[in-house]
Amino acid sequence: MECIRLAYDVDGENFSSAGNASESVKRTLKQLGVSPASVRRVAIAMYEGEINMVIHAHGGRAEVEIYPDYIDIYLKDHGPGIADIDLAMKAGWSTASENIRSLGFGAGMGLPNMKNYSDEMKVDSTVGVGTTVFLRVRF
Amino acid sequence: MTIREVVKLLDAEILCGEDRLDTEIHTACGSDMMSDVLAYVKDQSVLLTGLLNPQVVRTAEMMDMLCIVFVRGKKPDAAVIELAKEKGIVLLSTDKRLFVACGILYTNGLGG
Ligand SMILES: Nc1ncnc2c1ncn2[C@@H]1O[C@H](COP(=O)(O)OP(=O)(O)O)[C@@H](O)[C@H]1O
Ligand SMILES: [Mg+2]
Repeated sequence: MECIRLAYDVDGENFSSAGNASESVKRTLKQLGVSPASVRRVAIAMYEGEINMVIHAHGGRAEVEIYPDYIDIYLKDHGPGIADIDLAMKAGWSTASENIRSLGFGAGMGLPNMKNYSDEMKVDSTVGVGTTVFLRVRF
Repeated sequence: MTIREVVKLLDAEILCGEDRLDTEIHTACGSDMMSDVLAYVKDQSVLLTGLLNPQVVRTAEMMDMLCIVFVRGKKPDAAVIELAKEKGIVLLSTDKRLFVACGILYTNGLGG
């Protein structure tokens, strides 16, 4: 099926630039005429994932496929991986440092937010190898 | 109310977006946790916060917010102001504390 493919390198050394990929996707969806409510759900879910790649996994790659009725987002990193995915998905659970918390993240709401704002979510992770988060948001 | 009224009520300094002060706003939220803003905020158009980093502007942008008020007299650096200009977000700075600033806006009719 025809789709628009976008890909972004997410810089793990630069907290300030975290969000660039999500913003670009948000802009693209807006231009395509996707409803503002759907655009916002995509933006939030992807932004939390992008932030996670930066604060937990030294960056990674975001790959996006936009279809007429939905978007698929793959957030791939080669970070430390997640040992217990069920635990990581729990609201409020976080391994983030005090420093990250002082920047406004690390409340342990990222993965739950991503689940809430997406229609499908899958986390594949191997400790020491990396993590891939898949998100599908229907428009 | 308009952003102009927020400026007046909070005795705020305008850091950028002077051309957008007549924008109507109806609701606001106050938080230092961006993930909470992303989790719980619905259609609020103003974010009051004590944080100054660029992710505050990005969070507001993701939520389609129109205005950020930095409390306790804080001002972000030039790069953050530049980012807000790019996104078309009005930045204000007030000497008031978060609780007080939120209270003033709430009392004057801004919803949560
Ligand atoms: N991409 C990732 N790589 C490694 N660990 C991750 C990743 N994403 C999330 N985690 C782990 O899952 C926990 C919960 O994530 P999240 O719900 O986003 O909360 P927060 O980012 O605020 O800690 C994180 O604290 C971290 O331990
Ligand atoms: Mg997170």
